[in-house]
Amino acid sequence: MGDSLTRLLFLSDYNTRVVVAGTLLFGAGAGLVGTFLLLRRRALLTDALAHATLPGIVLAFMLFAALEGGGKRLPILLVGAALSALVGMLAVVLIRRFSRLADDAALGIVLSVFFGLGMALLGMATRMETGHAAGLSSFIYGKTASMLLFDAVLIGVVALAVVLGCLLLYKEFTLLCFDSDYAAAQGWPVLLLDILLMFLVVTVTVIGLSAVGLILVVAMLVIPPSAARFWTHRLSRTLMISAAVGALSGGLGAGASALAQDLPAGAIIVLVAAALFGFSLLFGTERGLVKRAREAARLRRRIEEQHLLRAVYELLEGGKLGSAPNFPDYPLMFPPSTPKLGADPNFPGQEGVPISALLEARSWHPRQLRRAMRRATGRGLIAVLPGDACTLTTEGWNEARRVVRNHRLWELFLITHADIAPAQVDRDADRIEHVLDPDMIRKLEALLPAQTAGIPASAHELAGRGGAS
Amino acid sequence: MQWMALDTWIVVVGALCAMSCALLGNYLVLRRMSMMGDAISHAVLPGLAAAYLLTGSRDSVTMFAGAAVVGVLTALLVQGLYRLGRLEEGAAMGVVFTSLFALGLILLRQAADHVDLDPGCVLYGAVELSPLDTIRLWGWDVPRAAIVNGATLACNALFVLLFYKELRLSSFDPALATALGINAQVMHYLLMTLVAATAVAAFESVGSILVIAMLIVPPATAYLLTRRLGVMIGLSLVLAALSALLGHLSAITVPGWFGFSDTSTAAMMAVAAGAIFSVACFAKSCYAWGRRGIERMSFSLRSVGEDVLAALYRRREAGDEAPVSAGALRAALARPGWTALALWDLARRRAVTRLPGGYALTPAGLRQAEELVRSHRLWETFLVNIAGQSPADAHGSAMRVEHVIDAAMQSELARQTGFPELDPHAKPIPRGSSSGGEP
Amino acid sequence: MNAAVPLHISDLTVAYHRKPVLWDVNIALPEGKLVGLVGPNGSGKSTLLKSVLGLVPRSSGRILVYGKPATRNRALVGYVPQRETVDWDFPVSALDVVVMGLYREIGWCVPVRRRQKEKALAALETVGLAEYAHRQISQLSGGQQQRVFLARALVQDARLYLMDEPFAGVDAATEQAIIALLLELRAAGRTVLVVHHDIQTVPTYFDHVVLLNMRVVAQGPTEDVFTEENLRRTYGGKLTLLSDAAEALARRGAQRG
Repeated sequence: MGDSLTRLLFLSDYNTRVVVAGTLLFGAGAGLVGTFLLLRRRALLTDALAHATLPGIVLAFMLFAALEGGGKRLPILLVGAALSALVGMLAVVLIRRFSRLADDAALGIVLSVFFGLGMALLGMATRMETGHAAGLSSFIYGKTASMLLFDAVLIGVVALAVVLGCLLLYKEFTLLCFDSDYAAAQGWPVLLLDILLMFLVVTVTVIGLSAVGLILVVAMLVIPPSAARFWTHRLSRTLMISAAVGALSGGLGAGASALAQDLPAGAIIVLVAAALFGFSLLFGTERGLVKRAREAARLRRRIEEQHLLRAVYELLEGGKLGSAPNFPDYPLMFPPSTPKLGADPNFPGQEGVPISALLEARSWHPRQLRRAMRRATGRGLIAVLPGDACTLTTEGWNEARRVVRNHRLWELFLITHADIAPAQVDRDADRIEHVLDPDMIRKLEALLPAQTAGIPASAHELAGRGGAS
Repeated sequence: MQWMALDTWIVVVGALCAMSCALLGNYLVLRRMSMMGDAISHAVLPGLAAAYLLTGSRDSVTMFAGAAVVGVLTALLVQGLYRLGRLEEGAAMGVVFTSLFALGLILLRQAADHVDLDPGCVLYGAVELSPLDTIRLWGWDVPRAAIVNGATLACNALFVLLFYKELRLSSFDPALATALGINAQVMHYLLMTLVAATAVAAFESVGSILVIAMLIVPPATAYLLTRRLGVMIGLSLVLAALSALLGHLSAITVPGWFGFSDTSTAAMMAVAAGAIFSVACFAKSCYAWGRRGIERMSFSLRSVGEDVLAALYRRREAGDEAPVSAGALRAALARPGWTALALWDLARRRAVTRLPGGYALTPAGLRQAEELVRSHRLWETFLVNIAGQSPADAHGSAMRVEHVIDAAMQSELARQTGFPELDPHAKPIPRGSSSGGEP
Repeated sequence: MNAAVPLHISDLTVAYHRKPVLWDVNIALPEGKLVGLVGPNGSGKSTLLKSVLGLVPRSSGRILVYGKPATRNRALVGYVPQRETVDWDFPVSALDVVVMGLYREIGWCVPVRRRQKEKALAALETVGLAEYAHRQISQLSGGQQQRVFLARALVQDARLYLMDEPFAGVDAATEQAIIALLLELRAAGRTVLVVHHDIQTVPTYFDHVVLLNMRVVAQGPTEDVFTEENLRRTYGGKLTLLSDAAEALARRGAQRG
């Protein structure tokens, strides 16, 4: 075992080296073609095509076994596979054209019936005296170990041709997948392009059969591009990453299956791809779950903080200082030299608000409130006063004014421009206000010309005092 | 060919299994989730393998538990990737089932040391051997597979019967189902669980090819042939059983034609289902074409006849009441084909009579011709006055439309054009018999 | 035919599933005008544009663009499809989409070069989106997406533009931007056929109107044609008899264009 591992790591075995290289190239080709296939929304077509290759493989084998006595020559089998995949595709098109069945049913019918036919033929072929039909089943689960040197080279060369084809037709395929109507309007032969794409798909599927097997070859066209979508929003990079994921899983998988001869190679290759997919799903820099969860958490924290600031502000506003005439016009720029409250006797937040009142003002859980307060205190927006009360610091005051202003502008907009009853407004405003950017605020101000400066009064009864009075 | 009790049992096992799959498959096809059946029947593999590895036993309860867990897991993962990962549904399915199947293959290979289960068996099963493994039941030697599959069929039938209207509603309109308090999500996962359990029950006896084929093909065939859900379900069951019978028959006969002894029965059952589908699809297309062709021909014949009547009427209107020869009529028509046949038909219906100099309208024919010309001229008036066409364009259109205007449309046309006396070409519009509604 | 007429449609009939959507349509557009194509839902407006572009099969009729069959004069036609027709999650940037307008000019298998990118960037600048050139298209607002589509048509430098509801679901700023653009196109002598939904704005936006409801109800200069009488005929519901007749014909399989 140890010996074979080192042999593998250094790819000292020429045969292994070629097989790994061939599978690697196949993975890259499948990743490229698969990207376009996925964008054309035909991901599962490959599954049907791959299953439909079986009758062709077995028929080619039987024919040549009968003619020359030994039919297990890869190129011949692959030609048979490709022809039968094309017949399968034609069947899908015919079913779609001549029946009112949906796409999925057409795919399922072709997949199962062709595969059944292939198995039935295989059942006969294994009872043939000539040839070694038993080896045919390696096309079902894939077996890199049984690959001859010539086979690996063949696969590599064809895969390289597929890669080149994809690169040459990059622009055309992009247009086809993005907006086929526009392509047709510009005079591109959309049908021909579709046929070319499907031709590449069939080619890559067929060369993948001997490495991955026909049940799992669809994985190599679907998993790499799906993984790539988590990393980028650009097509060129999607293609590169998808090809890389495909190549990596092909190469690694083929290498690993050289180690574990008794495990089906296709399964190993697909599991490597699945692992890479899982990693991308979690850590992808563009759509990865971790990134999105962190963004969501950040937004939630910001919303909590803004709710807290607004609640404190509104309680202050509604308290005894609410009647103070200078309250709304208190300068936005509090002197920065005042580090803490207390220095300025005019500061309206001198008294602070009891936490119990805060709890009542919004329907939050005590733990949630405590967490938000701890965070806001840490950021220097809120100061805790003795006697279970808290108040805004200078920065907190400025921030609260900004938040409250946005909230009320949005409320006013909803009432005056969107015809929503004032009682409902609070909830609607709550959701949007947190994502208002300066541009939108300017627009709001323009829409509500009376409100360019200062903080508009709340449009509805505030919870803190409304209930009391 | 020799038919033995063994063969009967093989067909019974195959049919039970096919029917239990087809029953659920109806809902997969209707919900456009056929490929979900494919995905789940692949994905149960790791569930099976894990159940073997964990318990070390092959008893049915563990297997069903493993399959149910994986079935729901597959459905959940596909939904999760679709929602959270924003992957297209097909791609999500592709990712999930291939990964699970690959995992299952590896696990199976690990388990292979303990249990006799190889991947080949998973694909095409061993329905040929199923009659050998029997259980004694009420004095009968019943194959175990028949009991397992029969129980699954009963289970599925119970599910479909109990939730018939819920399933129907959530298949056609999930939003409405939810609004009515039926949880479409729960129905979805229940269905997926049952599909997985059915797949497991079928695995051992017939393999996964037949599961996928029977989930999709008989219901799809039935869907082609009927538009009613109840009929579709019944038909799919019949077709599934028929596929099993035909499949086994052909498995032991067809290879003989090519010099082979026999082949996999399960695979041939799938092929038989496919053959039935092709025949149904072809026959339906032929029937539709044929019917359309006959309809079109009879309509053409009627149109020519009506054109003849209108031509006779126009001559009469111009003051020429003499009989008209067939040749002159043919020259007067825009589409003279079949004039002779049309004349014969009109004479048969006593709309025209044959006089020494040619043909003339009978009183009945005259009434019919008046209706026709009335439709024609009303339509022209409508096009010109209401739809803003030029009078020249309107005539061509009216030549075609006059043949399809029925009494209701004619009176509606008259009402909308204000019961005119003259058409845009200043020709009088005849009073129709059914147009007594004029104020 | 007259090579100075940007678009000449005669006797066009288009049927979906044998049911006519357009029926004996005759249209001739004057050059250098902004033309509004107006009609109720399902009156065949989009189908008309698509049949000009050869995207839907037609049962009969002839379509000439500057005197030649439309399919042979495609380079002269710029097309702005409805925004909903594409998947905006597609991994391309605004610039990539605009460059697509030049693909035909670039030709088979040749990659996009810097010169074409600059041209596309200039087109984006015209619609006021230069700063968003490298944004992925899903990160643009609806109005901005619409403007990207406009830029893609602009970059083609066509003589006849066909726009399918460019004003649908856009904000006021985009609507103004589109109008400014249309005026610019007209000043440059281009002809623009715009499918339009909002009857209120027709007289202010368009010089020429085609009222469509399966057939052309009226066409001509806005001040002559855009009358209450014609609108009533287009929208009044009386024309349902047209589709009734069409359906009856389709049922009998007698529709021969």
